[in-house]
Amino acid sequence: MTAFTPLLTSRYGIENSWKIAVAEQHGAYQTARRAITTTPPDQITAEVKKAAIRGRGGAGFPAGVKWGFLSPKPGEQTYLVVNADESEPGTFKDRTIMNLDPHRLLEGCLITCYAIGAHKCWIYVRGELAHSIARLDEAIEEARAKGYIGSRPFGSAHSIDIWTHPGAGAYICGEETALLNSLEGRRGEPRLKPPFPANRGAFGQPTIVNNVETIASVPDIVKMGGEAWCNLSRLVPGDGGVRLYGVSGHVKKPGVYEAPVGITMRELIFDHAGGMLREQRPLKAVIPGGSSTPVLRPDHYVEAPRPDHPLHKWDGMSEIDVPMGVDTYRALGTMLGTACAIVMDNSVNMVEACRNLMRFYKHESCGQCTPCREGTGWLLDILDNVAAGRGTTEKDVALLVDVANNMMGNTICAFAEGTAMPMLGFIRKFRDEFEVAARRGLHGVRHDETVFDDVVGRAG
Amino acid sequence: MAFVLSPEREKQIAQLLERYPTRRAALIPLLWLCQRQYGWITPEIIDWVAKRLDVSTAVVKGVVTFYTMFFEHEVAPNVVWVCRTLSCDLRGGKAIQEHLEKRLGCGAGGTSKDGKFTLMKAECLAACGQAPMVQINDDYFEDLTVEKLDRILDEIAKKTGKKTEARAEAAQEQP
Repeated sequence: MTAFTPLLTSRYGIENSWKIAVAEQHGAYQTARRAITTTPPDQITAEVKKAAIRGRGGAGFPAGVKWGFLSPKPGEQTYLVVNADESEPGTFKDRTIMNLDPHRLLEGCLITCYAIGAHKCWIYVRGELAHSIARLDEAIEEARAKGYIGSRPFGSAHSIDIWTHPGAGAYICGEETALLNSLEGRRGEPRLKPPFPANRGAFGQPTIVNNVETIASVPDIVKMGGEAWCNLSRLVPGDGGVRLYGVSGHVKKPGVYEAPVGITMRELIFDHAGGMLREQRPLKAVIPGGSSTPVLRPDHYVEAPRPDHPLHKWDGMSEIDVPMGVDTYRALGTMLGTACAIVMDNSVNMVEACRNLMRFYKHESCGQCTPCREGTGWLLDILDNVAAGRGTTEKDVALLVDVANNMMGNTICAFAEGTAMPMLGFIRKFRDEFEVAARRGLHGVRHDETVFDDVVGRAG
Repeated sequence: MAFVLSPEREKQIAQLLERYPTRRAALIPLLWLCQRQYGWITPEIIDWVAKRLDVSTAVVKGVVTFYTMFFEHEVAPNVVWVCRTLSCDLRGGKAIQEHLEKRLGCGAGGTSKDGKFTLMKAECLAACGQAPMVQINDDYFEDLTVEKLDRILDEIAKKTGKKTEARAEAAQEQP
């Protein structure tokens, strides 16, 4: 690991880092003050474009470009909505920002509101995170008392109001249009696009929806300048800056780590997260960026012999040695998603792991579109049958592939893809395990073998 | 007995309505206020909320049924959500659930015999790095072992006796 100065996490270890006095002692709001009082809004957007920050919520869309889509008509209000509905299995990074450094997020909200011409901002936080909501509410009150939030932030005439808005338990509300419906007091069912939120978003007005980490990165981008911030990445141009990585599962030190864009999965697991939990249990597979991203295997190698292939530089290397970037991972046949990895050692049965996730998707499908509502249930039914020993080998595996393929591209939002892609990924990478399971069943296999004694205790 | 929100919570409604361009947008926050006071969303609360926000009861009911955290039936004073999604399961989530079922004597959706705990299965609660974990009411309890969980439940159970009495008193005081 090379020496690295933390940005997003620079205030994490400090006592009472969530209090405004402490945060300000360590630099909070200085950038917002300078930006809002001295920098023209267009210039801020230009810096964010130069920073090449790819959206941190999972889709990886360049945030600056998204902001550029705004073109409010006369009489329209522009809104900023921050997506803090963090629910993607394996992902737990935004919660650390909200709990440990809420003022960084608020500073980002202020700068962003000013840059895009918004006077109102809602932070949509998933309902389970009651403490994060309380912490943000306190931080908002502190900033309001100081005059940073309100009618004249830092003395400027551009009024900015920020509120939290609680969810109430629904993964789909992380999809931006479902989130907007939920904000408006509706069921969290995604909307057809177009119109995109930048044209018609919250309450019918032009709206920018960005992830917590994306917005929390804005102060550093503006402070350092877009180009300098971008160059912290190992994957310039195109995928700039630093980001939060998460690791969970069978590693020694699960947690959230800040590092440049473009570290490898091997570095993340073995350097940052301290390596595999048990030396005698090697890495079998890793879900790289939340459950919707297709699984990777350390013993699968990049095949990119042609010099014009985007991954040619890594030809012949293990999949986990490819730098973690939005475009590199897409070329690898997976997605970077939220860059929060689920690490599995060789005790894990991949059919059972897949079944766990398919149960999640069945539970969370909003039910609007038939291919998704029925497809998620069907995939789980097949896997449940396989697990119970009622499988029929090739037919089951073929049916899983067929159902998954028929879900993709046939629904309003990307939830169906988010289910079908990992399903197909599991089969692509571990087809033999699915065939064996279909023949023999799973016999109550469980994947907590590695930790069972620690959790239950010897007596248990 | 008609549903009435406590005076402090009434004040919060006024603040809530100022935040949004439409009344309806206050629906989810308002349902939270009601559930925090009463414990679950009764049909009566649905009617009351609909009237307060000028929307139909069907709209409110549609929202209540969509989101997993709104209870449509009475629950115990403590609701235990055990996370069973992959990251937790890799670190023993299933063992935690099995222990909870044994200790509370009920399955997911059920309530313990002493009436203090309702057990629920949850999908990913975004604490994957601290697995296995449960959420009890508003609190996350992380990096669990069966032993640690037992201590937590003992403590909550001890406090709950008083809480239940306080709640019964509060209910009686209402007009």
